[in-house]
Amino acid sequence: MSCLQTIADYGLRSMGIGERLLPRADFTLCQQFTLIGSGMIWNIYFGVLALLFGFFFANALALAKAARNPLARKPAEWFIFVFRGSPLFIQFFLAYEALVLLPRNGIEIFGITAEVSWLSRAWAGALIVLFLNTAAYSAEIFYGALRSVPKGDLEAAEAYGITGWNRFRRVEWPTMMRLAWPSYTNEAIFLFHATTLVFFSGFPAFRQEGDALYYASYFVDKTFNPFVPYPIVAFYFVILTLALTGVFGAINRRLNRHLPSNERSRVKLRPQIIR
Amino acid sequence: MFSSCADPSTLQGLNWLMCYLTTGKHLDFYWSFVTVLTLLAVTAPVALAFGFGGAMLARSHHLVLRIIGKGYTAMVRGVPDIVFFLFFVIALDQGIEWVMHQARCPDWTDPIRNGLEFRVCPQAKVPPNSAAQVWHSVYGFALAVVTFALVFGAFAANVIYGAMQAVPRAQLETAEAYGMSQGQVFRRVLVPQMWIYALPGLSNLWLILIKATPLLFLLGVQDIVYWARELGGAKTSAFSYPHPDWRLYYFLGLLVFYLLMTRISEVFLTRLQNRLSHGQATAAGEAQRKAAA
Repeated sequence: MSCLQTIADYGLRSMGIGERLLPRADFTLCQQFTLIGSGMIWNIYFGVLALLFGFFFANALALAKAARNPLARKPAEWFIFVFRGSPLFIQFFLAYEALVLLPRNGIEIFGITAEVSWLSRAWAGALIVLFLNTAAYSAEIFYGALRSVPKGDLEAAEAYGITGWNRFRRVEWPTMMRLAWPSYTNEAIFLFHATTLVFFSGFPAFRQEGDALYYASYFVDKTFNPFVPYPIVAFYFVILTLALTGVFGAINRRLNRHLPSNERSRVKLRPQIIR
Repeated sequence: MFSSCADPSTLQGLNWLMCYLTTGKHLDFYWSFVTVLTLLAVTAPVALAFGFGGAMLARSHHLVLRIIGKGYTAMVRGVPDIVFFLFFVIALDQGIEWVMHQARCPDWTDPIRNGLEFRVCPQAKVPPNSAAQVWHSVYGFALAVVTFALVFGAFAANVIYGAMQAVPRAQLETAEAYGMSQGQVFRRVLVPQMWIYALPGLSNLWLILIKATPLLFLLGVQDIVYWARELGGAKTSAFSYPHPDWRLYYFLGLLVFYLLMTRISEVFLTRLQNRLSHGQATAAGEAQRKAAA
């Protein structure tokens, strides 16, 4: 079987398209590359969507945490503490156990039966957990940045008569983004790394449709040889990390384009936020 | 555990809960918390040592050593840590058996990696097939500790390398001007001053290490996640008392345990930070000096 044929059969296997049975014996390098690569679709799906939704929620959380009113501040503080203070692994387990306890027949709301069984499937349940988790981590980053917006900027805005929502939209928020961006890049990278945990926690892989690490460990279980599949996963993730750094670096350059070149903050990889 | 638990008629309400939570399986569950704490206690210093070594290598003037050190520190940047956890445990296990095989059975002719199998001679098995179950557990735990130490050593090496770079150059030059040798500068000036710069990163790392302990479950150690699943599940091997699916409550318990660990560590680390800032040439040290004066 040629490699192109393998790619046609297994390239989209993680989405349930193509050959149904996974290879069982005589694993070729091509098969391993293809299947693990097809698993990366899941990692990217989880990472991109969680990051996208999480970004907006994180902004709201950061503002709530910086608010004077304890009714807004306390819930945000607790939310951030719970999600940052506990392992993502436990969060996955807990969410799965909670979601499978939902009634099987759906919940009745206003006479309409809402189907809920899909919530315990990985594509929805794990995405929700990742979304809440990244929102908490990003909110802490944004909150820190919001607190370090230079006092002079705010005073200048006031001197021009810019106050309230306008001041936030035109002065505070852009500066907050600019200050937070290098840390946020790190958060994004480690969120993508965290997506590998999904199928190793409570969430089962439906019809053997798993992520990159799921297929890699499938090969290791079959061949008892960790020296090929895991480096392949590593290879894919290094590429993903480089791509992310590129995209976020471009945004960072745009955010800093008004500054003289020696004052611009650079995106630096600091492996500090695995969870 | 309590004698009153033997009488089923008294088992109601709180009394029942007390009896349920002290069954033999539950005592095993509580012991597994000790396993996790042991892992933390053993891994933290070993990882710190690995990190220190890695940072020293990365600063070395010798090209080969520097490449090794930089490679080690760069290892964790682009690749998910869980890949390393899964990889190292099997790789170390096979590596040890391979070395034992070479040493004990030099005239074994069959290939070790034959198709889908990894087969060494019986004398090279670690631990030996005849060993008691407890040794297999200990060996599994030791492998987990080494794996954690390797991965977290790489993280720590990053932090310590950065901290060594952060020590003001003038301090080192002054020491050199007094005629200290390279080793003396390193021991007497660089290392004592480095810690205050390393502490925020290392604190962060400690919190991450706490949060990484559930991964022990993936490495096949019977840790708290394993027991929570077994005891909470309705049909598992640790099944001793018929009950519906209670895993949610067990995992809520674990969540509280981790939140408490995080909170206690944060309080303790803040104190340590204040302590170490005393008399240092940093903003925090300066603030302390002003407050006292």
